[in-house]
Amino acid sequence: METRDSKSIKKALVSALPHTIPVFTGFIFLGMAYGVLMQAKGYNALWSVLMSAVAFCGSMQFVAITLLTTAFNPFQAFLMSFMVNARHLFYGVSMLGKYRGMGKIKAFLVYLLCDETFSIIYSIEPPEDVDSKSFYFWISLLDYLYWVLGTFLGGVIGNFVSFNTMGLDFVLTALFTVLFLEQMKAKENRLCGFIGIVGTVISLAVFGQENVVIPAMMIILVILTAGRKKICT
Amino acid sequence: MYLTGTQTLIIILSVAAGAALTRFLPFLIFPDNRGVPPYIIDLGRMLPPAMMGLLVVYCLKDATVTASPFGIPELIAIAVIIVLHKWKNNVLLSIGGSTVVFMLLKQTVFS
Repeated sequence: METRDSKSIKKALVSALPHTIPVFTGFIFLGMAYGVLMQAKGYNALWSVLMSAVAFCGSMQFVAITLLTTAFNPFQAFLMSFMVNARHLFYGVSMLGKYRGMGKIKAFLVYLLCDETFSIIYSIEPPEDVDSKSFYFWISLLDYLYWVLGTFLGGVIGNFVSFNTMGLDFVLTALFTVLFLEQMKAKENRLCGFIGIVGTVISLAVFGQENVVIPAMMIILVILTAGRKKICT
Repeated sequence: MYLTGTQTLIIILSVAAGAALTRFLPFLIFPDNRGVPPYIIDLGRMLPPAMMGLLVVYCLKDATVTASPFGIPELIAIAVIIVLHKWKNNVLLSIGGSTVVFMLLKQTVFS
């Protein structure tokens, strides 16, 4: 039993790994950028890795650099983190079905939920002979480890890397675009995808780059709720 | 460092708590042993494509549209994704190919 278990876990790793390569590229790059930035503010690799490992929230960690360099205000940090990460609420609602009955590892999967992990797990079905639980586990864990590793590398050797990485962050844009296209293959998803794009563009035009996410979520939620009967039949 | 070690640690934990709450809240409200209302189930079906659309636009939000280069590198790279993906239908190829094109554009033509 033990060997069969470890064999099936290994099999899940082998089938999950290729799907995480774009995230590897993006997270090592952005994680390093974060580690370097923290270093520049006087926080060595120990601190940046601690933040990445405990909070694991990409864009909010960049925002939090500001919070670490002004007057001490933990409540503001908590509130801001909740707002900046609010999109996870929608990922959670989307994952209620997939993560149902996951048992002990459910809390682990939920803790490691991020934009990339959500998009991959929602879009990519594990192969038939691979246990979905182990598959989700590996996607989540690998993405998480890439981010922590990137942060560590940035904090330790970031200043010595000198090849021209300009534009490399596009890899995550490309990941979301491809997974969006994958979603659009199913006819019933097309209207919702269109609503997501249009709602966010409207929010961007009205509220600007800095505050785009929450108004966009509201616009999307209102339109989907209003059109629910039509979309979900 | 501007804050003391303890203060930094508390800020890290506060940021982590805020993030964790956004992740756990839906699962705390609808645990495995409780039914999920039909409205939430429908949302769970409608939200993923919509949120992926949001993420695409969000990633492109910092592109310069009103001045040079008018978002052209982004547009070309997105076009490359769509064409490559229609043609080969290979996720890694579409992502890798378009990223290389985008980096080349940014570092040469539009640098």
